[in-house]
Amino acid sequence: MSVIRIQAEPFDSAAETEALTGGRGDIGATVAFTGFCRDEGGRLSALELEHYPGMAEAEIARIAGDAEERWPLLGLTVIHRFGLIRPGEPIVLVLAASAHRQAAFEAASFMMDYLKNRAPFWKREHLTDGTTGAWVEAKAEDDAAMERWI
Amino acid sequence: MKLVYFAWVRERIGKTDETIALPEGIATIADLVRWLKTKGEEYEYAFENEAVVRAAIDHVHVKPDAPIAGAREIAFFPPMTGG
Repeated sequence: MSVIRIQAEPFDSAAETEALTGGRGDIGATVAFTGFCRDEGGRLSALELEHYPGMAEAEIARIAGDAEERWPLLGLTVIHRFGLIRPGEPIVLVLAASAHRQAAFEAASFMMDYLKNRAPFWKREHLTDGTTGAWVEAKAEDDAAMERWI
Repeated sequence: MKLVYFAWVRERIGKTDETIALPEGIATIADLVRWLKTKGEEYEYAFENEAVVRAAIDHVHVKPDAPIAGAREIAFFPPMTGG
């Protein structure tokens, strides 16, 4: 039931919502989370996202399957971009649909917490001075955010 | 068996992937890491902190004690930072 796309191109959150809900009368709620590239106070010119093709799709599908088991979802769309992404551009979309709001809110939050820890993507900073910066380090609080669902 | 590397693990080893003939007695991910570290300083560097590097067998996350018999593709990579 879930739609999962790993792509270099930007996406349109409103169009994805329309694609999920169009022509349906059973959906009472959608929650869309969009993650954007920040410039970190003007320090970054871009983030470069590397991914593991094949596993990225498979792992997100496993997480989506878990979400669908835990909540009565009527639709779930996950889009994650790779490549060079500029500040202000979207990186990730999680769109959850359900009859009532709670399931959509919780499922979207669960998806993001698991995706950050388990989907095989790695960010590297590109700096405004033209140099390539460091690989972004994983944060302990992202681990903790996932633990709360266990 | 195909090995694939990502992010700074890939950079430290200096290649994206390689095909290896596994020697006798390599049963788990941890065994494989121990053996790779004998292959050169680039591998020693990549796995200098073994607890940090993650592994996947055929696109599924695994722990260091996971058996590797029958694996087609084993990946090593840093903790993930997507989302």
